[in-house]
Amino acid sequence: MISALLVLLVCELAGNALHQMLGLPVPGPVIGMSILAAALAFRKGGASSRSPITGSLERTAETLIRHMGLLFVPAGVGLIAEVGVLRSEWLPIAAGLIGSTLLSLAVTGLVMHWSIRRRASRRSPDTVHDLERG
Amino acid sequence: MKDNPFSLWVYLSQSPLLWLTVTLLVYATTDAVSLATRRHPLANPVLHAMWIIGAFLLATGTSYTTYFAGAQFVHFLLGPATVALAVPLYENRRRVVSSIVPMLVALVAGSVTAVVSAALLAEFAGLPRDVVLSLAPKSVTAGVAMGIAESLHADPSLAAVAVILTGIMGAIIVTPLMNRTGVTDFRARGFAAGLAAHGIGTARAFQVDEIAGVFSGIAMSLNALLTSFLVPLVVTLLVR
Repeated sequence: MISALLVLLVCELAGNALHQMLGLPVPGPVIGMSILAAALAFRKGGASSRSPITGSLERTAETLIRHMGLLFVPAGVGLIAEVGVLRSEWLPIAAGLIGSTLLSLAVTGLVMHWSIRRRASRRSPDTVHDLERG
Repeated sequence: MKDNPFSLWVYLSQSPLLWLTVTLLVYATTDAVSLATRRHPLANPVLHAMWIIGAFLLATGTSYTTYFAGAQFVHFLLGPATVALAVPLYENRRRVVSSIVPMLVALVAGSVTAVVSAALLAEFAGLPRDVVLSLAPKSVTAGVAMGIAESLHADPSLAAVAVILTGIMGAIIVTPLMNRTGVTDFRARGFAAGLAAHGIGTARAFQVDEIAGVFSGIAMSLNALLTSFLVPLVVTLLVR
């Protein structure tokens, strides 16, 4: 677990350093994620190599991701402390946020759904038919 | 050791250990309830942990600074957890690569919708300019949204509040909305959750389905990139 945590921290640190040095608009941990994904893809021995580090990394990553909700709780509690910034405009702000969240969820989901289906049907119409029935 | 019980409380309430324990205890409880309701959207563990702890802080007159001294250990893990998303991303690389075109199309459509609709709805509601600017980046992670708000001379803390509210709302709405609109593909459902509701949406997506979680993580990352270019552009075009 130590080696896995070390891998995660080193990637995050490298991501933060790149974010700062190059002034990238993407946050450091997201850059760190890309670094780790690239490292996994190009590691010695290729994608099929199984080192003890990979196994421990898989378990640690799985644990962190499974409890990701917990990690948002401290920031979320901060929302309650900061709720004063909504001032007297809280109702139009909340309404705008709800409307925009509904729209962006629906548009993203539908566009991706249609786009996947279109490509699948162009490739082989029969498979899609089967998939829809199944 | 026959001390006044109040002095024990004063001692404990100043220690980070108490607030770290409270955070874990409350989340363990809300997560167990969420599991017992088979991950019902309204039993979102983050939402319920937030208000229960918030109410407890108010009732005991504890400042957020004191609370965060303990909770920061949990907060710190957000960075490593984001890096860890690379593991399921890599394990599902074939499915990711095969849907790269639909992802990019959905990314552009969704990101533009999120920014434009937030700015326009806030404009129509007659909100002042600095509020409109703080709401526009609400679909990306808090760090990025605060950076965008700052660069536009808007209010970063209002931007952060908008981000958390959006994440919670998105995580609750996504399942019923996708069911209603007939989006059955878990890749599309997850991608929508991560694009519109960043990390909180991604936490929800991983609860429901691993593939949904992977696509949610990708959407969250790509949208952080696109939104930081999009918001300044949309603001110059649409906001007076």
